[in-house]
Amino acid sequence: MELLTQRKLINKAALSLSMAAMAFGLFWLAWILFTTLQLGVAGISVDLFTKMTPPPGASEPGGLLNAIVGSAIMVSLATALGTPIGILAGIYLAEYGRHTWLGHATRFINDILLSAPSIVIGLFIYAIYVAKVGNFSGISGVLALALIVIPVVVATTENMLKLVPNTLREAAFALGAPKSTVILKVTLKASTAGVITGILLAVARIAGETAPLLFTALSNQFWSLNLNEPMANLPVTIFKFAMSPFTEWQQLAWAGVLLITLGVLGLNIIARVLFRQKHKN
Amino acid sequence: MSTTKDSTAERAAGGRKLGDWLFFNLTRAFALLTLLLLAGIIVSLFVGSWESIQKFGFSFIWSRDWNPPMEKFGALIPIYGTLVTSLIALIIAVPVSFGIALFLTELSPVWLRRPLGVAIELLAAVPSIVYGMWGLMVFVPFFAKYVQPALAATLGNVPLIGELFSGPSLGIGLLAAGIILAIMIIPFIASVMRDVFDVTPAMLKESAYGVGGNTWEVIWNVVLPYTKVGVIGGIMLGLGRALGETMAVTFVIGNSNFLSNISLFAPGNSITSVLANEFGEAPPGLYTASLIELGLILFLITLTVLVFSRLLLLRLSKQEGSKT
Repeated sequence: MELLTQRKLINKAALSLSMAAMAFGLFWLAWILFTTLQLGVAGISVDLFTKMTPPPGASEPGGLLNAIVGSAIMVSLATALGTPIGILAGIYLAEYGRHTWLGHATRFINDILLSAPSIVIGLFIYAIYVAKVGNFSGISGVLALALIVIPVVVATTENMLKLVPNTLREAAFALGAPKSTVILKVTLKASTAGVITGILLAVARIAGETAPLLFTALSNQFWSLNLNEPMANLPVTIFKFAMSPFTEWQQLAWAGVLLITLGVLGLNIIARVLFRQKHKN
Repeated sequence: MSTTKDSTAERAAGGRKLGDWLFFNLTRAFALLTLLLLAGIIVSLFVGSWESIQKFGFSFIWSRDWNPPMEKFGALIPIYGTLVTSLIALIIAVPVSFGIALFLTELSPVWLRRPLGVAIELLAAVPSIVYGMWGLMVFVPFFAKYVQPALAATLGNVPLIGELFSGPSLGIGLLAAGIILAIMIIPFIASVMRDVFDVTPAMLKESAYGVGGNTWEVIWNVVLPYTKVGVIGGIMLGLGRALGETMAVTFVIGNSNFLSNISLFAPGNSITSVLANEFGEAPPGLYTASLIELGLILFLITLTVLVFSRLLLLRLSKQEGSKT
């Protein structure tokens, strides 16, 4: 009886601790979201989307227009550049290279790149591009972000293609379709929703990336659409403004943080809903 | 008539073959490109830091001088900062993640499992700059005012570890950075743990329940031993994240290149925070080369951890395959 009570007690204690751990995890999420909303909403105004980032000591608070546009340009170009590469490499892994050495090696390396420090990607682009060209530029930021997109898209494309049942492939082959047609018109089509999920997750991932942009796109206080010049972007602007002593700048940084958080969480949720709808039945 | 038909059919077949061959090689080329990327990163960082490697050799790793005007560079303090903050993060995050995974797989009502799991995964999606800014503006003042004095008054008096919790309560410092890192890596470790707990065959668990084990005993004596390889893999994955995390750390670590005592309250620097703060302003030459060497060291450390993590997780999935 003694032993039984002891076992019951240990079980109770362990399960209560487990519940406490869950509460602990949710507590931080709630706290972070709450502060971001509270401090960010105060900074949301029309100016935020219509005015440029202010110079030091400016009389009016200014906005984040150039940073928002710069981020949008770099994120779209990086996605456009990284997605096809990622999808094609993912197709190789799932359709051709399931059991080849190249397939195994690429899959392994890709999983590692997926968690590799993003700041090192920035250093890499600096070393091979920025240092050679001689100045920071928007295009180098695009390259760095594209390198982060690739592993995410490779991994999701491969996983989604693997979910396609083999009977579907066999049916297409039986009609006499060559392998490339089978892949492009049948398997890839069957997993469109999954692949789009992967792209959305990749966009969410790079939208908030700061570290790789520090040594590539840098940032720009002014409006610039020239990809060969330093380009304004939200994350680096937030970093600069948050570290500054001016309250107006910090306010702008909070508004920027709110925009990024809402965007990233929104993309994540859309990706999940999309994926779930497709795979419900 | 029939011959022309045949030849067009043949030509079409030939064209399709060529298209097939092209498509195959195109996908293979991009797979190879992904593979070469890793080698490219290592080689380029090695080349970029060659000047510093030549000048300082191995003493770079254990020298604590970081003096740009004198052109003297040593990586000891950033390496120490990176390792210590990651270690603090693991000490906090591992038990919490285990608790969360346990809750999600065994305790939670089924209807709550999905939303809670998604909430934890969203915590992983929040960009690190948000953690950094929140850490600096909200967490650090709170931490300096309430938590640090409390820690100094309690743990600070314990012999041996007391030294770690001494000194002024600045808020920013190694401990704050470690805690923020812990919050960031909890979702990564927890979701891997949840996934590997889920692969434990139900039959195994049911047998353990059947002989009278309670929930905790089943988890501790059956599920955990069965999945330990995957659990360690998940922890390593979290460690890899913590080592390479930049923004969250840069905001709160204090950015100081001096370290006079072992107190965790002291401001310090990690490899990533040095890079984030100094790289943009460093003139080309030895300074830049030294910073790139720091990046190389960081990459090699994380690479080792991540390779180890992947190998463990692969072993678990193989084991799973052979048993079903």
